[in-house]
Amino acid sequence: MGRTLAEKVWNDHVVRRAEGEPDLLYIDLHLLHEVTSPQAFDGLRLAGRPVRRTDLTIATEDHNTPTLDIDKPIADPVSKVQLETLRRNAAEFGVRIHSLGDVEQGVVHVVGPQLGLTQPGMTVVCGDSHTSTHGAFGALAFGIGTSQVEHVLATQTLPLAPFRTMAITVEGELPDGVTAKDLILAIITRIGTGGGQGYVLEYRGSAIRALSMEARMTVCNMSIEAGARAGMIAPDATTFDYLQGRPHAPQGEDWDAAVAYWQTLATDEDAVFDAEIFIDATELTPFVTWGTNPGQGAPLGASVPDPASFADPQERTAAENALAYMGLTAGTPLREVPVDAVFVGSCTNGRIEDLRAAAAILDGRRVAEGVRMLVVPGSVRVALQAVEEGLDKVFTAAGAEWRHAGCSMCLGMNPDQLAPGERCASTSNRNFEGRQGKGGRTHLVSPQVAAATAVLGHLAAPSDLTVNRAAGTAALEV
Amino acid sequence: MEKFTTHTGRAVPLRRSNVDTDQIIPAHWLKKVTRSGFEDGLFEAWRKDESFILNQPERRGASVLVAGPEFGTGSSREHAVWALQNYGFQAVISSRFADIFRGNSLKNGLLTVVLPQQTVERLWALTEADPNAEITVDLEAREVRAEGVTASFELDENARWRLLNGLDDISITLRNADDIAAFETTRPTFKPRTQPVS
Ligand code: SF4
Repeated sequence: MGRTLAEKVWNDHVVRRAEGEPDLLYIDLHLLHEVTSPQAFDGLRLAGRPVRRTDLTIATEDHNTPTLDIDKPIADPVSKVQLETLRRNAAEFGVRIHSLGDVEQGVVHVVGPQLGLTQPGMTVVCGDSHTSTHGAFGALAFGIGTSQVEHVLATQTLPLAPFRTMAITVEGELPDGVTAKDLILAIITRIGTGGGQGYVLEYRGSAIRALSMEARMTVCNMSIEAGARAGMIAPDATTFDYLQGRPHAPQGEDWDAAVAYWQTLATDEDAVFDAEIFIDATELTPFVTWGTNPGQGAPLGASVPDPASFADPQERTAAENALAYMGLTAGTPLREVPVDAVFVGSCTNGRIEDLRAAAAILDGRRVAEGVRMLVVPGSVRVALQAVEEGLDKVFTAAGAEWRHAGCSMCLGMNPDQLAPGERCASTSNRNFEGRQGKGGRTHLVSPQVAAATAVLGHLAAPSDLTVNRAAGTAALEV
Repeated sequence: MEKFTTHTGRAVPLRRSNVDTDQIIPAHWLKKVTRSGFEDGLFEAWRKDESFILNQPERRGASVLVAGPEFGTGSSREHAVWALQNYGFQAVISSRFADIFRGNSLKNGLLTVVLPQQTVERLWALTEADPNAEITVDLEAREVRAEGVTASFELDENARWRLLNGLDDISITLRNADDIAAFETTRPTFKPRTQPVS
């Protein structure tokens, strides 16, 4: 019987297989950041163990870093200690680190791919649930806990329980204005936040193959929000083109050997998945969340649902609680929901294509009165590219704030936070209670919807804007 | 991880049930960046009360905690185990532990012993009456002994073997270091390395 992409990558990394024991898997790339690594390093120190493969390990600072005044001392004492600890640990154990102010610094899941360190057929781990992002390259990539971080640092391996496979096949062409973010939000609403539990998802079908690498990363990034262990997309010409010439991509003969191997990874035609889901891309529209988990979403053209419409009593209660927290009334058209803030950024939508998409909409327009908009590049490299293209000027001319790279308002761990009760259209990945700051209310959206929402002051799609552009600017390119 | 064969020490009788991990180590201690130094956070809220048993001078240096049922419920934080160990506890006795806490404790070399509530009551009576009374936790014989008490306990063979030999998850994996090294020789040369490239 044929094998799936995930099974092939798994099998190629089994160091040891024994009856009654979990497989011991080799880890090709270990990414570190300041929040989940300190105790792992301390554990090594206490046991007198070195990092086995510093050459397969890399650290960056992202969760705690401020996005303003980055040359000033860090104000929050806890953040400061975490960042300083990572720097000290990296120096002591010989791990490469990209600190605040470094040109390669940025959100860990943006940095790995842009350096070309994430490649097809690899195993990639990080003490961070959104490690699933790297699956966009056909890598098996998943988040781990702090004791597993220590385990990988010490052994470059992990004992892992087997997984099941789920195919999510998306056929057809995404309609104009419908993005990878809308697609993944629709998938999560369809299968639920627990629907992927125990599975490695494989996204496939013509709509997936048509996505750019960055859009594929957006999709895989949120696999974890469906409860999945990981999400993957088979590598193809799009993947190889993205990788070629990146700092850590193979070169010369190595490149040819790598591509030959990568081409063998796609799921065999006769392989069988444990579960399968089909989605018609042509039926999708811009999608937003109305609740407090990423599975509580709806098309932008719909209204806030009535909790009574949920058959499942648990879902009904969850919807009631969500509406209360979000300050929403059932039946309100989503387009009439006003926002106080807009956030464009994060490892989900903080890449150059996302910034271009948002800028294209803001060009020649203004952020609505009373709305605060933050644009935060996912990495310093993304920021530099955006500046080169003049996108920063578009954002500031529109009245948005252009910030330094980091996780920023994706989570309330650094100075960028919502005030209690504030409502935000956010391109990030989690709308949990308090995620963007205590009492903050989050609607997950695509960069395009975020930008249109910023202009109109309520949840909106770019198509709502066509008549609003200031005179003399080019036609809308979305 | 230290080997655990047998341990004898004075006890702290903790007559409370459902002690959750937030009581063992409150959430604000989770911001720390080390695995040690949690001793002052152990039962922090209760220790503000001078009469709390841990604050009594005659309990200083005690190394066996005898707790009520449902010990270690709540959030899965491993810090709860570290706090108990940092304080100096080598073993915890209770009639029932929360699963995740139990798993974390055995992985980290803190022996959690399940005894019937009746036996726990007798250990409480003994150690409350005499703060110098010692309890022996003998993992080899799978037995707890104290004056007038001899009680055997169960522990799954794998966990016992790991504790007796002082093997944590990492040392178990490192027993197969040869397999890891052999695997490394087969990795293709095109796989990336993180050293900066010029
Ligand atoms: S951007 Fe958000 S989701 Fe991504 S790593 Fe940072 S905090 Fe986590």
